[in-house]
Amino acid sequence: MAVAGIDVGARYAKAVVLQDGRVTASGSVATGFDPAASARSALDAALAAAGLDASAVRAVVATGAGAEMVPFATSRISMVGAVARAGVWHFPDARTVVDVGAEDARAAKTDERGTLLDFVVNDRCAAGAGAFIEAMTRALEVRLDEMGPLSLESTREIPMNAQCVIFGESEVVSLIHNKTSKADIARAVYDAMADRVSSMVRRLGVNPAVVLVGGVARDAGFVSSLSRRLGVELRIPENPEFSGAVGAALSAPS
Amino acid sequence: MAEFWKWPEYRKTVPGKDWRSAAVVTAGIDVGSVGSKAVIMVDGEPYAWAVRRTGSNSPDSARRVLDWAMEGTGLDDGKIHFIVGTGYGRVNVPMAGKTITEIACHGRGANFLWGTSVRTVLDVGGQDVKAIRVDEKGKIVQFLMNDKCAAGTGRGMEVFADLLSVPIEQCGELSLSVPEEPPPVSCTCVVFAKSEAVALLRKGWSREKVLAAYCSAMAHRMVELLNKVGVEQEFVITGGQSKNLGVVRRVERLVGFASLPAPNTDEGRPDPVFAGAVGAALFAKALYERGGK
Repeated sequence: MAVAGIDVGARYAKAVVLQDGRVTASGSVATGFDPAASARSALDAALAAAGLDASAVRAVVATGAGAEMVPFATSRISMVGAVARAGVWHFPDARTVVDVGAEDARAAKTDERGTLLDFVVNDRCAAGAGAFIEAMTRALEVRLDEMGPLSLESTREIPMNAQCVIFGESEVVSLIHNKTSKADIARAVYDAMADRVSSMVRRLGVNPAVVLVGGVARDAGFVSSLSRRLGVELRIPENPEFSGAVGAALSAPS
Repeated sequence: MAEFWKWPEYRKTVPGKDWRSAAVVTAGIDVGSVGSKAVIMVDGEPYAWAVRRTGSNSPDSARRVLDWAMEGTGLDDGKIHFIVGTGYGRVNVPMAGKTITEIACHGRGANFLWGTSVRTVLDVGGQDVKAIRVDEKGKIVQFLMNDKCAAGTGRGMEVFADLLSVPIEQCGELSLSVPEEPPPVSCTCVVFAKSEAVALLRKGWSREKVLAAYCSAMAHRMVELLNKVGVEQEFVITGGQSKNLGVVRRVERLVGFASLPAPNTDEGRPDPVFAGAVGAALFAKALYERGGK
């Protein structure tokens, strides 16, 4: 029988269907103002892709910021617990899992079975999450998908002083006025964010097998800065934004 | 798009005063992150002042605000005996003979504007919040500041003015018009508070109710800082947010007593936005008299 996992995040609701230990389908819908409806649509999309009827799913496990708002969930799991499980499922030697989403970031320390041993979460300050990059793309007037590649063209490291999204926007504007290249500014943005995320990871102790998941794991600029800061090659699954949902599905009671 | 955050610039010259009959003419220029203030003093009494929005070019901001303060007075840089620069952009005051931190200047300025009984100064500027304790001479006893996070600063208020389409100078008053005080927004981060406000508006909250919830959250942040240094009477509020009654009244409610009312501009006293520049102009006078040219 199939199980489903749903991760209702700040920007997107993501659902996966797990059958015989394999992810067979997924669906993703913008969260918008009705988390319950977007969770429903994400699940329906995943079920349709799997060619399954809702009755074929024996458990629906919800996670993420909006987990409480999924009325049809059969159980729930914390996001940090979900990504720990998913990280080890993706990469069996993983012991540290970092998840960076639109509005929060977390680092989890896990054992070989994906059981949570320790964790650090930031959901109080947007400067350590994807929202920081989004805000800076507005100040730089580049698209989100252009920002990462742009930063990789940078030739020098410049410091960014602002530790707040709001102040960061003003700082980027003054860097533009000072004729700093957009590539160097983009890199400074990622470095600043990587500083915050890496300090969370350090609190748990860095081991060489670090997995990065969450939507921001798709951003080559951030990946490059974070691996430089941590001094390790990051392991990233194919569809990192679905890891929360995968971990939720994996935690379904058997 | 209308820019609701844009507060009005203004200037004033005290009538019936002439710098030509004065022994010492000094100026203080306080280049803040959003506002630049200049105060010209003759023999230690305020004579002319002006405040303008700080542009992206700070050296230019100092020039523009000093020029505006001098407008129509016949003064020029050469006739001012000593100029002190202060504030976030104080390194960009090229005409200053010396720069002094804004913390020292706000302490000194508050002591002048309100008198020697002032013990606590809360300075809320565009980009930082400072809780300062001073002695009877206006000297700093202790201080704490937050300049890392926009929560509780004027910049955060600007974001809300734009979000709610309410001119920033009306936000405070409007927030006080709620029949019942709502709980403060739960997010301290301005970015998250903005999302929370949008959700509240969708739930049917009025703009004044959302503003009340935000002003209340700001006030809580400020009082947290104040409590760490300890609040002693007399208590005053300086900086741009001293004009935001929505924040001022809530801070007073939380600390348990009122702040001293703003000095009367008709009696030749600049308003509390100028406290730092007043302090700087007073330091300039002392430096000039000590021969610190």
